[in-house]
Amino acid sequence: MSALGNIIKKEIKELLTPATILPIVVIALIFGSIGSSMEGFQEELHEKPVLGFINEDNSILSTIVTSILDNESEVVFNSSDIEDKQYGLEQIKQQDGMALIVITQNFSKDILNDTRGGLEVYWIMKGAGIFDTISSGVVEGLISSINREISKALIEDNTTVNASIALWPTSRIDTTYFKDREIGLSPGAITGMLSSQSMLIPIVIMMIIIMAGSMVISSMALEKENKTLETLLTLPVKRTSIVTGKIAASAFIGLIFAVIYMFGMSRYFQGFQMSEGLNLADFDLALTSSDFILIGISLFITLIAALALCMLLGTMAKNYKSAQTLTFPVTMLAMIPMFITMFTDFDTLPFALKIFLFAIPFSHPMMAPKALIFNDYLLVISGIIYVSIFALVMILIVVWVFKTDRLLTGSTRKKWGQFFKKRF
Amino acid sequence: MVAVDVKNLVKHFGSTEAIKGISFTVNKGEIFGLIGPNGAGKTTALRIVSTLLQITSGSVSILGFDVKKKPDEIRKLISYLPEDAGAYKNLTGRAYLRFIANFFEKRSTQEMVSLGVEIADLGERIDDKVDTYSKGMKRRLLVGRALMTDPKLAILDEPTSGLDVINAQEIRKIIKNTAKNGTAVLLSSHNMLEVEYMCDRIALIAEGKIVEEGNPKTLMDKYNANNIEEVFMRVVT
Repeated sequence: MSALGNIIKKEIKELLTPATILPIVVIALIFGSIGSSMEGFQEELHEKPVLGFINEDNSILSTIVTSILDNESEVVFNSSDIEDKQYGLEQIKQQDGMALIVITQNFSKDILNDTRGGLEVYWIMKGAGIFDTISSGVVEGLISSINREISKALIEDNTTVNASIALWPTSRIDTTYFKDREIGLSPGAITGMLSSQSMLIPIVIMMIIIMAGSMVISSMALEKENKTLETLLTLPVKRTSIVTGKIAASAFIGLIFAVIYMFGMSRYFQGFQMSEGLNLADFDLALTSSDFILIGISLFITLIAALALCMLLGTMAKNYKSAQTLTFPVTMLAMIPMFITMFTDFDTLPFALKIFLFAIPFSHPMMAPKALIFNDYLLVISGIIYVSIFALVMILIVVWVFKTDRLLTGSTRKKWGQFFKKRF
Repeated sequence: MVAVDVKNLVKHFGSTEAIKGISFTVNKGEIFGLIGPNGAGKTTALRIVSTLLQITSGSVSILGFDVKKKPDEIRKLISYLPEDAGAYKNLTGRAYLRFIANFFEKRSTQEMVSLGVEIADLGERIDDKVDTYSKGMKRRLLVGRALMTDPKLAILDEPTSGLDVINAQEIRKIIKNTAKNGTAVLLSSHNMLEVEYMCDRIALIAEGKIVEEGNPKTLMDKYNANNIEEVFMRVVT
């Protein structure tokens, strides 16, 4: 073999290890599953939306509206009496429908008198994730079609309607029912206003977890590589103090990250809450000071849990190089909930995925802001309790590992064998 | 007075039997050497005595304390210097000594640090970061760290490993002086000549078993050898 070939063979052997291949395979699988989900959403875009309508007008122009709705959507409820609105909404909700459209009285008359005809859209919103509102976009498209067809009819009839009315003959009042709340906005507008929480918070939390976690794993790996750990373990200091000290120091640094993050976030929210003339507080969609405290607690507890998990992973590190590979599980556990919470809402997830997301401790601070906006304190507080238990269990396992040979020899097989032999 | 009492010590790592029932004692003020080739079980034995590894069977008692039952008490009395040990690179030599001294309550931190600085003998470089030290300087700092606490038992794994002749000689002198002051020293080494010079008693260890034990001079006479290296070869082969 030539010298070049010899070097290439050695390099490939060193670089192509399970530790380098596994992350690539998992990332490919994640992107593959995201692609599959996107296909599902594409299909949803082509499905007819489930709707209901109340036609209070019953004129030529309102008939255009109802015929479009009949043809382009699956109408599960129709009436001509506004008194049926509540009943209609319940019917639509039962059929997993999206909206009830009310064609108000004098719809045609108003248009012909140079006033836009009133449409009231009562939305049933299921989730505040970006993907959750894709289907509402189909209804928005339907309303555009209604305007276009009425315009066409007005122009064909040579009516004397004002040009601007003829080009966009309807006015719309949106009301959205979401998580037992009535909000005077469309689902698209709500999602847009909440986009800062949906997109930015999971990214920042993921970054904090990965940064602080890597610090702990690297610290453990360096202690092993430099053989400072052996010295530390023979000093008159309890194992629990070593573990607690390492976690507390990293948590302190993590807390500084969190405070900077909270400061930046609150400033960021303020900027967004006043954007486009809409104030989230006007719609009761703003976070209160106590909400921020709960988010801070959730984030801090999660950070402790992440650090304890990383410490456990760090005990497996042989050196600094192997520590880089060990950050991979933590990165994955931070990235999966980040993607899920960015695009979907916890409430609209299938049950199995809900359990999966809840079980990942890093999901909770990512879900907390949106949950608190809609007063879902149960999810946030139960999340804090769960993550606290997770963190405690992790710390106890780490302390146990520190008391075994595993820390120095990398094996506990014998100990586990003895453990089970003694108990069973 | 017996400082270390090891009886029928056995240590398994999974299915591997690293130590197969060794026994030895180290007295106060004595330098006892564990001598043997790589993989003989020297470091494992030292790590057990240092409370780092757990015992599979047998017993180890340090100054009357059982390593299984009273590891925390033992850690107050011992000092362990691992082979190729390092120090925290971002600390200065003095800060590292202070960090270690802070764990001990029996003497004032300042006293311990002063002694550590004196043993390490690094001059002004003691206030430089450990990261800038040569291997010899690092080892001297670590020997200073190990002996500044005035341990009742110093466990030194290859104390002069990787050092040049001058540095190695100085460290040997420091260890001998420490033993003269009453500290029991348990050390391991590949260097048979070093052991011959330093140790009051030695144990030759091969494949996890002690194959010979005694005073270096007595052993040389017994095997009609010129040095311990020859003794070792005759015992093992």
